[in-house]
Amino acid sequence: MTKVIEVPSSLDDQSFEQIFEALAPLPLDEKVLIDARHTRWASPYGLTALLAVAQTRLQRPTLAVPEIEDTASYWTRTQFFRYADDLYEITGRVPRARSTDDLNVLLEVSPVVKTEDIHTVVDRIQNKAQAMLIGTLHLEPSATMRFTMALSEICQNVIEHAGRGGWVAVHGYRWQKRLGGRRVVQIAVCDAGIGFRQSLESAHGPRATDRWDDGMALEETVMRGATRFRDPGRGQGLAGVRKFIHDWTGKFSVRSGTARIAIVPEWDSDVPMRENLPFFPGAQVQITIPETVVP
Amino acid sequence: MINHIDVSSVLRTSVCDLYSNLVTRPTGAAVRLGIEHQLDEIGDRALAILDFSHVRLLDFSCADEIVAKLLLQYVSLDIPRREVYFLFYGMSESHLDAIEAVLERHGLALVTQLADGNPCLMGRVDGEQRQIWETMRELGSGELADVANAAGLAPDRVERALDDLWRRRLVIRQDKAYVALHGGPVLPLAERTAAPGSPTASA
Repeated sequence: MTKVIEVPSSLDDQSFEQIFEALAPLPLDEKVLIDARHTRWASPYGLTALLAVAQTRLQRPTLAVPEIEDTASYWTRTQFFRYADDLYEITGRVPRARSTDDLNVLLEVSPVVKTEDIHTVVDRIQNKAQAMLIGTLHLEPSATMRFTMALSEICQNVIEHAGRGGWVAVHGYRWQKRLGGRRVVQIAVCDAGIGFRQSLESAHGPRATDRWDDGMALEETVMRGATRFRDPGRGQGLAGVRKFIHDWTGKFSVRSGTARIAIVPEWDSDVPMRENLPFFPGAQVQITIPETVVP
Repeated sequence: MINHIDVSSVLRTSVCDLYSNLVTRPTGAAVRLGIEHQLDEIGDRALAILDFSHVRLLDFSCADEIVAKLLLQYVSLDIPRREVYFLFYGMSESHLDAIEAVLERHGLALVTQLADGNPCLMGRVDGEQRQIWETMRELGSGELADVANAAGLAPDRVERALDDLWRRRLVIRQDKAYVALHGGPVLPLAERTAAPGSPTASA
C-alpha cells in the first residue's frame, strides 16, 4: 500500500512540519507518494528538505510534480528535479529548463557531500550574492564575504557531522505578507544524517543528566559551540554565523531529531525552542536575512 | 632571513589550481602543511611574510587551521618550533573577521601590515605589553633602555614585557636589541603612501 502525503500549498520550514508529521509514524520501507500537485510555492528549505526526505526512505518514493506551470518551472530553474530524479519516481510533467539564469536563485539546489562541493558552492554564489545583498537588501559592502562565510560553515557541518550528504539552496524573494513586503534572502541546508545529538554522543556518549535529548544537544551545539571534536578550535563556525545573523537582524533556525532551536529577531514571532516535534533524522538549517530599511 | 609566502599560491599548489577561497578545514590543513614545508627550507631563524592579498575568502574553519595552528606551533610559550616570526600581509576586512575570532578563541596574537603599510597588533595582548609593542612600532628598533625611555616605564617592567613579546614572536630579539617585525620606524602617513602595495619588512 502507498501512503499519500500531501505537500502544503506553500511549502516552507513551518508548513514542512506537516510532512514530517505524516512521515514519522510510517515504517521506513513503506512506499510513500509525496503529492505536490497543488503546491504553488516552495522555499529553499522546502526543496532541500524534500530531497532529504527521499534519502530516508528504504523504498524509492514517488513525487507528483506541481501542476501549476510557473511553480514547476521554478523548481526546474532551481535544479531541484535534477537531483529529485535520482531519488524519486517522478510523476507529472517536469518542464524543460529554458534558462537557469533566475536572478532570485542565488544558488541552485546543490549537493553537499564532499569538501570540493563547498568550494563549488562558494565560487558560484559570490557574484550573485553581491548584487542581491548590497543592491537589493542594502546590507553593508562587507556582507557578501560574511554571507559566504556563513554558507561555507553551515555546509561544512553536513560533511563533518551528518555522516551522509545533504543539500543546499539559496534564494531571494519578496515576502508578501510579512515584514511589510520586504525582500529576504534564505539559505537552507538540509540533510538526513545522524543529527546533532548523535554527533555529540559519538564522542562523549549520552550526557549524564536527567535531560539529554535533541533540544539540549541543539542548545549545546548552536548556542554554546560544543562539538564532537576535542580540538578547542572547533565550534567557531556556528558562533560566527550567529554573530553575522545578529548584525543583520536575521533569523537562524536548526531542526534536528525532535527539536528545533531558533534565534528569533524582533520582526518574527517564532519561539526559541520547540520540542517533541515529529522525529526526522539529520539537521535542517535555515537562515533568513531581511532587507535593511534605508531611512 | 625574510621569506615571502603567497598564501593563494600555496592554496593552488597544495589543493587545487582553480581555488581562490580559503574555505573548509581540509583545505586549511593542506595549506598549512604547504606553508610548513616552505618554512622548513628557510632555516632556524626567519621572518615569514604571509601574504593574503590574493585570497578572496577566509572562513572560520580555514582561519583556525592555517593561522591559529601555525601560530600555536611556532609561537608556543613552552616549546616553539624554531625562531620563526610571522608578519601577516594583505588582510581584508572579511579576513579579519575570521582571524580575530580564532585569535580570541586560542588567546593568540599576531602582527599584520595593513594596506597603508601601518603595522597593527591583533589578538590577546595585555595593556602594558600592547603599550610596549606600540612603542617598538614607533621606534622600529632599540635596546631595553631606549624602549623604557620612550615608553616612560621602569626598565624591569619593560624587560618583562619585551621578553613576553619576543616569546610570542611579536618582536624580534637581535643580541641586546629588539626589532619591530615591520623593520624600521613607522613613517608619517604622507611618506607611507608614497610606496604603497608591498610589504615593507626589512628586519
